[in-house]
Amino acid sequence: MANTDIYEPDRNTTWCPGCGNFPLRKALAESLAGLDLKPENVAVITGIGQAAKLPHYFRTNGYNGLHGRALPPAVAAKLSNPELTVIAATGDGDGYGEGGNHLIHTIRRNPDIAHFVHNNQIYGLTKGQASPTTYPGIKTEVQPDGVTSEPFNPLSFAVGMGASFIARSFVGDRDHLVRMMQAAIKHKGYALLDILQPCVTFNKVNTYQWYSERVYKLEDDHDNTDIDAAFKKSREWGDQIPIGIIYQEEKAIFRESFPYLSEKIEIDGPNKDKINRLIDNFS
Amino acid sequence: MDLNLVLAGEAGQGLKTLESLVGKALFRAGFNIFSSKDYMSRVRGGHNFMSIRFGSEPIQAPKEEIDILVALNDESIEKHQHKVHEDGFILYDGKFDDPRFIDIYASEMAKRINPKAKNSVYAGAVWKLLDLPIGILNDLFGDKFSDDDIIYDNQQLFEVGYNAIDDGVEVNYNKAFLDDSNEGDIYLNGNQAIGLGAVAAGVKFYSAYPMTPSTGILNFLAQNQKEFGIAVEQAEDEIGAINMALGASYSGVRAMTGSSGGGFSLMVEALGYAGVGEIPLVIAEIQRPGPATGLPTRTGQGDLLFAINASQDEFPLIVLAPTDQENAFYQTFRAFNLADKYQLPVIILSDQFLADSSKNIPGYNVEDLEVDRSFVDKAKFASKKYKRYLFTEDGISPRAYPGQLPDNVVLVDSHEHDENGFVTEDIELRNKMMAKRFKKLDKFITEDRKGPEYIGPEEPDNLIVCWGSTSGPLKEALEIIKEKNDNIGLLIFKDIWPLPVSKLKSLASTARKIISVEANYSGQLAKLIQQEAVIKVDHKILKYDGRPFTAEKIAERYLNEVKDHG
Repeated sequence: MANTDIYEPDRNTTWCPGCGNFPLRKALAESLAGLDLKPENVAVITGIGQAAKLPHYFRTNGYNGLHGRALPPAVAAKLSNPELTVIAATGDGDGYGEGGNHLIHTIRRNPDIAHFVHNNQIYGLTKGQASPTTYPGIKTEVQPDGVTSEPFNPLSFAVGMGASFIARSFVGDRDHLVRMMQAAIKHKGYALLDILQPCVTFNKVNTYQWYSERVYKLEDDHDNTDIDAAFKKSREWGDQIPIGIIYQEEKAIFRESFPYLSEKIEIDGPNKDKINRLIDNFS
Repeated sequence: MDLNLVLAGEAGQGLKTLESLVGKALFRAGFNIFSSKDYMSRVRGGHNFMSIRFGSEPIQAPKEEIDILVALNDESIEKHQHKVHEDGFILYDGKFDDPRFIDIYASEMAKRINPKAKNSVYAGAVWKLLDLPIGILNDLFGDKFSDDDIIYDNQQLFEVGYNAIDDGVEVNYNKAFLDDSNEGDIYLNGNQAIGLGAVAAGVKFYSAYPMTPSTGILNFLAQNQKEFGIAVEQAEDEIGAINMALGASYSGVRAMTGSSGGGFSLMVEALGYAGVGEIPLVIAEIQRPGPATGLPTRTGQGDLLFAINASQDEFPLIVLAPTDQENAFYQTFRAFNLADKYQLPVIILSDQFLADSSKNIPGYNVEDLEVDRSFVDKAKFASKKYKRYLFTEDGISPRAYPGQLPDNVVLVDSHEHDENGFVTEDIELRNKMMAKRFKKLDKFITEDRKGPEYIGPEEPDNLIVCWGSTSGPLKEALEIIKEKNDNIGLLIFKDIWPLPVSKLKSLASTARKIISVEANYSGQLAKLIQQEAVIKVDHKILKYDGRPFTAEKIAERYLNEVKDHG
């Protein structure tokens, strides 16, 4: 196993003390070290939000793009440079709100990327508004009478869309989180890992304690190749919240539809005779 | 010799196939040719027409007068009859009391052989009127269709049409020029030219959401993706399309996206990211009239100021405005080298008129074209020493792709950032980074920007200015105008942003009047000239009805509207 120091940037974070992103980052370093992945061979691609700051506080290749837009560049980067291990990291607002449309179509494409959603059920960066996964009834400055819309259920959604890897973990259980991250990275195809993570500043309901009292690990009696069982598990929430691999299936990955793409980055332009032959079609 | 063949009917009647066959056949027969499309935004019905102008000299634009009209329905007659020359022909499936009409019983003839190949009857009739060799079209049927039965049916119906024209009924012209007039030429439309330019430049990733009139580029690249190893992906929306292209570019390949004004509007935030993140990107913006949905299948130049100013705050950007099917290829090829060298977005600002019009041009010379990716030298960076946004003299930081440099990582960021790509709010760094990015544009202006093309005397009385595809009709209009006043100049901007003004300034210092000709409402080039050169454009000839300029109309308006034209 590689040393986790290699992923440490010489830079302090701006996350709040106690933020769920700290244990998450630690788990990510352990996951990559365990898989012997060097910083230059990994790209962490993000949108905007507290989660999306990850590339600044973690030493791998990084792409801190636009809010909601982590998945499209992640899909394209993996397609164009397949030697990279590509991880898209988003928050619940970034990934499930602003970037919702890309989530649908990324699942359809099944690119070989891992998508870690730092799901703290609130908007952190913009200071405490409701996210797509905030509970109904929770009051915020913008929703003074409480959230009224039903929360987005990412796992049911992913099961419904036929995603090839669907899992949930919790930052309070690092061993589990590392196992899930590694499974997601190793999975051939799009791997959605929804990571429960408290926001100590803005979410006073879904705290470390709240999650700790509710999460339980899926055991062998859950058949994660059975899509009906997966759907049932994905609906479980409240007093009992399952963590683990809800569903996994081997499917053709996106790049297999492009067998003619180069495995390496090509620096030279195309063969000139070939270009001339193409131009000749117009003579 | 200068003839105009118009094929008119409704959507779904096979006009496009007929146009591509006859256009290519006329090109192969040796004509200079300019073929443009006028179509409605619908799949069935409506009124569409294709205008194929052909002759002995190179042609830059459509014209109004018609020599042969192929009318596939009654409406086509109503719409175009008055433009048909008195010695011209109208080919129609039925009887009409007009000496110009030739009754072509296409439906009846096709019924027995293959109703779907009906239009080949018209092709045959046109061919006989022009007295051209049958072999050219017969070969093209073979190229166009893969099924032998369909090829045979078309050839038969072509012959039926050919024989339907009596001997002696023909267009009179001297055929001598046909032997060598377009030797070495190619015949293609503006979108194909852009697609070819991208292929030649080694584009490896193209993502787009279908939007008229830019879809032709998507189609062209999709058809050639296997041969040239290009990932062509239809994105879920234009936001996805441009963000995918950015991810591909970051990962190390040449990437491009394309759309029209509506889709480009959705791309604007990401355009700014390409600017601040210094991620090379080529964007084809094929204009159509707006705002919002506008006139989907029509043409215009209403996005000039938008393209230049798109995105919040400021960043360096290059906008190229191809003028024709020849220039579009070279400009697109060049756009990729510029994007890589200066690490910024380059917009190719074309329009429906150029996109959908086909013209014969000299074959592209690819021997002198050199792909230059401008990546950093691998040996230059020791472990952990690479900085994506390193401050340099000319503002250009060494660019590497992820995985290229051992034990170095590449961090790009949409925030303001330091040399490593880390978020910063430091005042000094912010100022330095802004200046660094704009320094690149200074270098572009000195080293790579191209001045406008100028046609005319060194001290013209009147100077006409234009940009992009409007130059084609204008070049022809200039010939008409020169009959009244030959001391007139035409200045054509092809690199439109940053606007090169020195030639303009020297011509303007002596010219009595400056006239801009543009396909928009307010004269956006005139405004840009005012802004960049502090020169007032005296008169504007504008058009915003979505239809292309013709030389006759420009000349007429110039001679009527511009006082003191001589």
